[in-house]
Amino acid sequence: MSDVLSLIIAKYNYWLYVILMMIGLYGMIAKNNLIKKVVGMNIFQTAIILFYVSIGYKTHAGIPIITSADTAHGVAVKAADYINPLTSCLMLTAIVVSVATFGYAMALAVRIYQRYKTLEEDELRMRLSEE
Amino acid sequence: MHWPIDIIVLTFVIFCAIAALSVQDLLGTAILFGAYSFLMCLLWTIMGAVDVAFTEASVGAGVSTVFFVAAIFRTSRRTKD
Amino acid sequence: MRILAFIVVCLTGAFLLYGTSEFPDWGDPNAPASLHVAGYYIEKTYEETAVIFTAGIGCFLLLRDFRGKKEHYYHHIPTGVILHIKDEKKSLTVGKEFGYMDKEWVPPDLINKNICRILIPFIQINALYVLAHGDYSPGGGFQGGVIFGSSLILLSISYDLKTLVKRVKERLLGIFAALGVLIYAGTGALCLIIGGNFLDYGKLAPLLPGHSDHIRAYGMLVVEIGVGIAVMAVMTIIYINIVSEGRHDEGL
Repeated sequence: MSDVLSLIIAKYNYWLYVILMMIGLYGMIAKNNLIKKVVGMNIFQTAIILFYVSIGYKTHAGIPIITSADTAHGVAVKAADYINPLTSCLMLTAIVVSVATFGYAMALAVRIYQRYKTLEEDELRMRLSEE
Repeated sequence: MHWPIDIIVLTFVIFCAIAALSVQDLLGTAILFGAYSFLMCLLWTIMGAVDVAFTEASVGAGVSTVFFVAAIFRTSRRTKD
Repeated sequence: MRILAFIVVCLTGAFLLYGTSEFPDWGDPNAPASLHVAGYYIEKTYEETAVIFTAGIGCFLLLRDFRGKKEHYYHHIPTGVILHIKDEKKSLTVGKEFGYMDKEWVPPDLINKNICRILIPFIQINALYVLAHGDYSPGGGFQGGVIFGSSLILLSISYDLKTLVKRVKERLLGIFAALGVLIYAGTGALCLIIGGNFLDYGKLAPLLPGHSDHIRAYGMLVVEIGVGIAVMAVMTIIYINIVSEGRHDEGL
């Protein structure tokens, strides 16, 4: 039992990220409204981005911008003083993709509503099978 | 970086996410989604990834909420669940 | 159905949680991501521009409705009489005393309109600042483009959609979106033609006068400008098409 407890205290942040991902997954699967499904997808995406960004974090390290004062005396900068910028740079593209899909999903929702006058999945299924 | 602030903001984020999916009014979902985006931006600033935080602030809490409200304007506002 | 989804989600969560026991501690400077991966990577911003451009084109193709709506409402400004025109087969021009009315018309708000009118140029200057200082402070091409686009959306919200469409025509936005992607791809292709790799700015040095060390910074700036222009145009296109259902006549 104390083993599990020490495990939780050491890795609480990963557990919280996993809980967030599962909330997003549940929203995508179980919600009836199409817009709520899209919101669940977006929660999932931001939770994954959060996980990736947290990998690059180092304790007692600063923002990865090297000013000229750091290299003033010809001393090389230590890697452990700056957080890893690679992960956050990759996640910028992920955020762009998420906003693009969100805008497109809203356009699709408006179109579906124009045609079928509803956004609930079960009603949509009924109306599709009637055609 | 201080771990208490991290845990507090993460708890709020989880509450916002659960609330955004459970509310039956879509306008409430839009506002809660904007709050969720802002809290995520705060989390990333705490972790030092300022570029990602800037992008999320401008995109998630600005443009994304506007798209959401514009789509609700043209479709219905209430949902059954 | 809900119970099944809940069980699936709990099982997936349990598997993921079991996997996290092998992860390194948070904030460990010796984590594998910092030691091994960082050496072997290239930036992927070309995909950003292509994805955003595709989303804009997709929204335009999905929603654009060139037929327009049949009913129009006009209100007579001196007396307040409202005209409801049902079926407009021929184009009808109304005199200057009539104002166009949206179906959900609200009276123009003095404070709102004037404050937004004053703020919008400052927001745009801020957007250009964020774009230009992308390598020195947080920001860059995409963020600057989004802020510029949201200034135009603010114009549409505080006035009405027709004001925005009159100022920034749809054709201009389409040209901007394609122009942004062209600038990006063009700079990369120019480097390819001269003889280097794609987006290898060092090879552009003989083209421009001045210090050959600065050519890399200029190349990055040109690419960020391309991204910013494309993103601005696409954000506005998506907003206009969603809020007016493709008809471009009335909005929020």
